[in-house]
Amino acid sequence: MTGTGRERQHLTELWGNLMSSATDELEILTTQDYKYGFVTDVESDSAPPGLSEDIVRFISAKKNEPEFLLEWRLKAYRNWLEMKEPAWHNVHYSPIDYQSIVYYSAPKSKKDGPKSLEEVDPELLATYEKLGIPLNEQAALAGVAVDAVFDSVSVATTFKDKLSEMGVIFCSFSEAVENHPNLIQKYLGTVVPPTDNFFAALNSAVFSDGSFCYIPKGVRCPMELSTYFRINAANTGQFERTLIVADEGAYVSYLEGCTAPMRDENQLHAAVVELVALDNSQIKYSTVQNWYPGDKDGKGGIYNFVTKRGKCQGVNSKISWTQVETGSAITWKYPSCVLIGDNSVGEFYSVAVTNNRQQADTGTKMIHIGKNTSSTIISKGISAGYGQNAYRGLVKIQKGAEGARNFSQCDSMLMGDKCGAHTFPYLEVKNPTAQVEHEATTSKIGEDQIFYLNQRGITTEDAISMIVNGFCKEVFRELPMEFAVEAQKLLGVSLEGSVG
Amino acid sequence: MLEVRNLSVRADGKDILNGINLSIHRGEVHAIMGPNGSGKSTLAQVLAGREGYEITDGEVAYEGENLFDLDPEERAQAGIFLAFQYPVEIPGVSNLYFLRAALNAIRKTKGQDPMDAIDFLELAKKKMANLEMDSTMIERSVNAGFSGGEKKRNEIFQMSILEPKLAILDETDSGLDIDALKLVSHGVNKLRDPDRAMVVVTHYQRLLNYIVPDFVHVLAGGHIVKSGDKNLALELEEKGYGWIEEAEPTK
Repeated sequence: MTGTGRERQHLTELWGNLMSSATDELEILTTQDYKYGFVTDVESDSAPPGLSEDIVRFISAKKNEPEFLLEWRLKAYRNWLEMKEPAWHNVHYSPIDYQSIVYYSAPKSKKDGPKSLEEVDPELLATYEKLGIPLNEQAALAGVAVDAVFDSVSVATTFKDKLSEMGVIFCSFSEAVENHPNLIQKYLGTVVPPTDNFFAALNSAVFSDGSFCYIPKGVRCPMELSTYFRINAANTGQFERTLIVADEGAYVSYLEGCTAPMRDENQLHAAVVELVALDNSQIKYSTVQNWYPGDKDGKGGIYNFVTKRGKCQGVNSKISWTQVETGSAITWKYPSCVLIGDNSVGEFYSVAVTNNRQQADTGTKMIHIGKNTSSTIISKGISAGYGQNAYRGLVKIQKGAEGARNFSQCDSMLMGDKCGAHTFPYLEVKNPTAQVEHEATTSKIGEDQIFYLNQRGITTEDAISMIVNGFCKEVFRELPMEFAVEAQKLLGVSLEGSVG
Repeated sequence: MLEVRNLSVRADGKDILNGINLSIHRGEVHAIMGPNGSGKSTLAQVLAGREGYEITDGEVAYEGENLFDLDPEERAQAGIFLAFQYPVEIPGVSNLYFLRAALNAIRKTKGQDPMDAIDFLELAKKKMANLEMDSTMIERSVNAGFSGGEKKRNEIFQMSILEPKLAILDETDSGLDIDALKLVSHGVNKLRDPDRAMVVVTHYQRLLNYIVPDFVHVLAGGHIVKSGDKNLALELEEKGYGWIEEAEPTK
């Protein structure tokens, strides 16, 4: 706390003209500078701006793709031309000029791309070091394999050999297309078809890289798999695609993190993530999204239009989404579960923070198709500054989903009086045996709460972090430990055991 | 320990306290009584450092220091404790975590090492037993879903852990039935100490049957209109506040 006693007395005298120091502290906490806003100086190989069939062919050719994939892209592109950008969401932005975006940018590699970590540009490795993600395997966090995607291209994947001993495939999407084309052809677009929505169609046409992961039958992946996305180049969109397949009885925990430099113009990120869970398998997907949110006046920042969906195809399969969304100027994303297999389980745990001029429209869809399927939705929205935070969720119980159950809880917390929280829960129940519960609360981080903690000797900064962490507890405890720590740091707080 | 001189306070454009004088020494228990709206709770809040009040005149010295030089958390760290009239709920934060953080913040200013979780739990269990509190309460979120009586007991429990030098009890008796009142009073009496001063703010004399004060002050219209010993409280009980409200402020 910076306010000394004397300042405070002065403040007290000027009461009415000045905000309370607790409010100041809130403002300081919620307007903290973005720490990841540096630009890396790397020579890059880019396509000219704009989108056309030629660009789609250019990208496909750059990646030496098989014919089927080029055709798939072209079909998606032609679909996209016919589609309209959605406007039903509760976010506002000036129109995106799709012809001014660069759809392909890759760090210029010395040869045909790095074969091992030793060949990766040291500048790139240093960038990831700066982000706190050492790609050097010895230095890497024990138990986490990392795939790093820089602008449009995967630059390094760690622990590949160790994983392949168990039959786990974890590599960049491009490598998967090259080395495992059958798996790609079998699963690509089966969860999010190219025609799904405007941004998914765009991604399908121009996606440049991403991660691929396959866990074979009966294998429990021995370490957390992680992809770290970084947008570096200016005026570049990032369109990555992630596909994860858990074969029968397999288990995998997957982590995703994202950062970008600070730039005055907005940058588009339109990713697609597809998860496929076969019989008795489980996929746990955790995201800490920290794209550059723009400055305090709303200048710059990432437009994050992402389609994430998991298909519980097999019986007793389970997909859990956990997300902590702190970045981006605009967040538009609804990680969803399609529960086809009997007794399959879908979970969605979310913390979304908006401050300054950030806007988020996020939530989930739980589509119950199989018998005795169950889903849980826990959503925590925190709005500060002028931030606008919307939860949008759909729970759909199909006719055949005997005994389906859903529990939804949506809590909103407001910091200050200039921000907003909105809830749009949709419910479609076509089977009378279904049980659906929905709870929602809105609370204000009160000066009352802060004063109470102050009065027990706790500083305002610690008080706010304690209150916010308490609010997000149910979500944080779903995160793997390393990510929980990062998530808490992101909320401007220290851990000290308030979570768990 | 606490010297209040000519303290005048305004909030929302209204004068609430008009020249309060009060002198409190170690080991003393002072009761502040008065009708609703007399400024009792304002006095408690201002001493604890609640924002939203304008100090228009006067000064307060706590252990020789200007109290208004200290932030609320600094006052707490220096040994001032307010038992809230309406304790606040903090969902998701366990009593255990919260109270250990508070204790360690106070220990830090005393130059003591932080207490670890195991020692703290032992200490907490002992203190809870004194107040006949359910031991699961320590794991529950701070005041969330607590009954009125549980909240008040939790305040006194916190006080017993933090061991303040100056404890201000703001209407700790409100909303308590007679059994809970006895328990809470018993807890407070255990904390009476030659080194500790207490200010007991209450509307009713009832509490003072259990926590017997050394001094009683009657607040009306923002003034202390009468001071005396415990018998003053009994007199008030008998005659009501009406006979005293018109009296001149004492100097």
